[in-house]
Amino acid sequence: MDNVVTLAHGAGGRQTSELIDKVFGRYFANPDLTADDAAVLDVDKGRMAVSTDGFIVSPYEFPGGNIGKLSICGTVNDISCMGARPKYLTCSFVIEEGFPMDKLEEIAASMAATAKEVGVEIVAGDTKVAGKGQVDGLFITTTGIGEMLPEANTSGAFAKPGDAIIVTRDIGRHGCTILLARNDFAIDADVTSDCAPLWEAVESMLDASKDIHVIRDATRGGVGTVLYEIAGQSNVGIRLDQEKIPVDPAVKGVCGMLGLEPLYLACEGALVVVVPKDDVPAVLDALHRGKYTSNAAVIGEVVDDMPGSVMMRTEIGSETLLSQPAGELLPRIC
Amino acid sequence: MNEQALKAKAIIENYSGPELRIMEVCGTHTHEIFRMGIRSILPENVNLISGPGCPVCVTPVGFIDEALMLALEKNVTICTFGDLVRVPGSETSLAGARSQGARVQVVYSPLDAYELARDNPDEQVCFLAVGFETTTPAACIAVDKARENGVDNFTLLTANKTMVNAYRALKGSADAFLYPGHVNAITGTSACEKLAEEGIYGVVAGFTASELLTAIAVTITRLTEGKPFFENCYPRVVTREGSVKGMRLMEKVMEPCDAEWRGLGVIPDSGLRLNDEYRNFDARFRFDIPEIRGKGNPACRCGDVLQGKCRPSDCPLFGKVCTPQHAVGSCMVSNEGTCSAYYQYDFILQQARQQAAQK
Repeated sequence: MDNVVTLAHGAGGRQTSELIDKVFGRYFANPDLTADDAAVLDVDKGRMAVSTDGFIVSPYEFPGGNIGKLSICGTVNDISCMGARPKYLTCSFVIEEGFPMDKLEEIAASMAATAKEVGVEIVAGDTKVAGKGQVDGLFITTTGIGEMLPEANTSGAFAKPGDAIIVTRDIGRHGCTILLARNDFAIDADVTSDCAPLWEAVESMLDASKDIHVIRDATRGGVGTVLYEIAGQSNVGIRLDQEKIPVDPAVKGVCGMLGLEPLYLACEGALVVVVPKDDVPAVLDALHRGKYTSNAAVIGEVVDDMPGSVMMRTEIGSETLLSQPAGELLPRIC
Repeated sequence: MNEQALKAKAIIENYSGPELRIMEVCGTHTHEIFRMGIRSILPENVNLISGPGCPVCVTPVGFIDEALMLALEKNVTICTFGDLVRVPGSETSLAGARSQGARVQVVYSPLDAYELARDNPDEQVCFLAVGFETTTPAACIAVDKARENGVDNFTLLTANKTMVNAYRALKGSADAFLYPGHVNAITGTSACEKLAEEGIYGVVAGFTASELLTAIAVTITRLTEGKPFFENCYPRVVTREGSVKGMRLMEKVMEPCDAEWRGLGVIPDSGLRLNDEYRNFDARFRFDIPEIRGKGNPACRCGDVLQGKCRPSDCPLFGKVCTPQHAVGSCMVSNEGTCSAYYQYDFILQQARQQAAQK
């Protein structure tokens, strides 16, 4: 096979079949992966969750993952947040002419490994090749289907005064990693992306508490943006305790240097969870046993005053408003 | 909170003497003071005034007009830090010029601009050199490299500023200054020691909550003692000598000049421009830019804000036509600007409180 992707690989002829067989078919093989126009799947009774997400991260490889792993985690996590067990994925590739074949294989392999970890099957896909310069490397879009657990009932509108706010791990890693990987600032720091599939974490929480109000994936915009969304949707106030927010020292250091707020850096493996206070011990206990959530922590509470606002008790004991970022956030992080 | 911070906080909270005016000069200080909620623990008789230490904020309208002339009339590619793009000139901003087809590129470092010039020899590339002693050395490195490697299509439009004479100009505006730690990290502290002999007092402050509380507590204590003082409260980073390398570099490439500060007017010997040896890399010289007097929005009170003469909320434009999304004045454009900090933390909070009260 060629050592780079060519326009012929996307033309639908013999090379296209070869690419699909030797790369995608080889890594994604499962009984439901279709060779026909569409995958045909068994349907259980009950409700489904469906989500789709495009990935254009630059650079496409970064410490802690690559665009392939990210494209599985992103969609799996969106579905998981609704309380749905991820079952099937489709993926669509747009690849730049000249993209190295070995890199494409690496990306497919990490997609396969991540999908296997979650127990989700890639059942259909599409490959397009665009001319040099029309795409930056490769873009991936994944769509996921998940089976709702019957008892799951979460929404950003369900937060109630008195609830506790949990983050499932230290925050801001992915955004910080991408920022450093682009090397615009020539800063050296040992930070890896938190990119991880979180279905297991969600399942364990739903097992530990029957009354989880909100589960949200804190991707673009970070935890701060998600909290403002919850405060708005639920028409409640949120009060954070700055000292309790877990942030890796290296991430904190980079934020200090660049004047960034870790609460607004993207995460790709951290959830914001809102639960009644009484359920906190059981939920934290479940999270602390998980692979990606061992430093989960309560960072604040839902209150009834100042609806729509996120307040923060700072490390010096004063109270401030968490300011909302104006202007452009870092583009092309996921 | 560590023990030192707790002690400092107690000193601040328990102060009950005469009214004190303390000016934090640096924009990052202003921002951190809000972010940490330090204003909310100050007793009524301690006033923190935000000074002219945000490089974007003190850049005069005329400088933007010069950059616009380079971009629109001289066909020069402008490289700049992001904030400057949105600062209004007399007619438009660089963002406005970009939409008219001018080439305006946001860079993170002057070296990026140098590299752009090196890689595009047919294009004239000008870096907008604003900032204090903290950022000036990087611009010097870029221009030095350009001369060394014969990258003749690279220029600087300088508006670099030095702080010491600005403190002199602001002498009556405050009882003491919180000196900007990052600037003193380059310049050292001897100039500030000399200021104390002239009756200008202050302490060098760091940027964490604990460092800021300590700096304010020390200032209050020393002002109460009533004797001349200077103290370095950021010894973790700032030494007496400063960065010898950085200072030498600036001396090699630049020379002092009078400079216009938005709001403060022209302060003698408070700016830097390229010296004779580097004159060829001075955009004003190469492109024969005439002296331009910029015209700002007459209602905008950025100038008074920068001298601590009024609070942002005293400006008729603040929060109405001037917001971070549609900034009229430079102090609202930069994230480190005083108006922007007041808007993000104070104004929005007051609004949320009012809404909550109505409900």
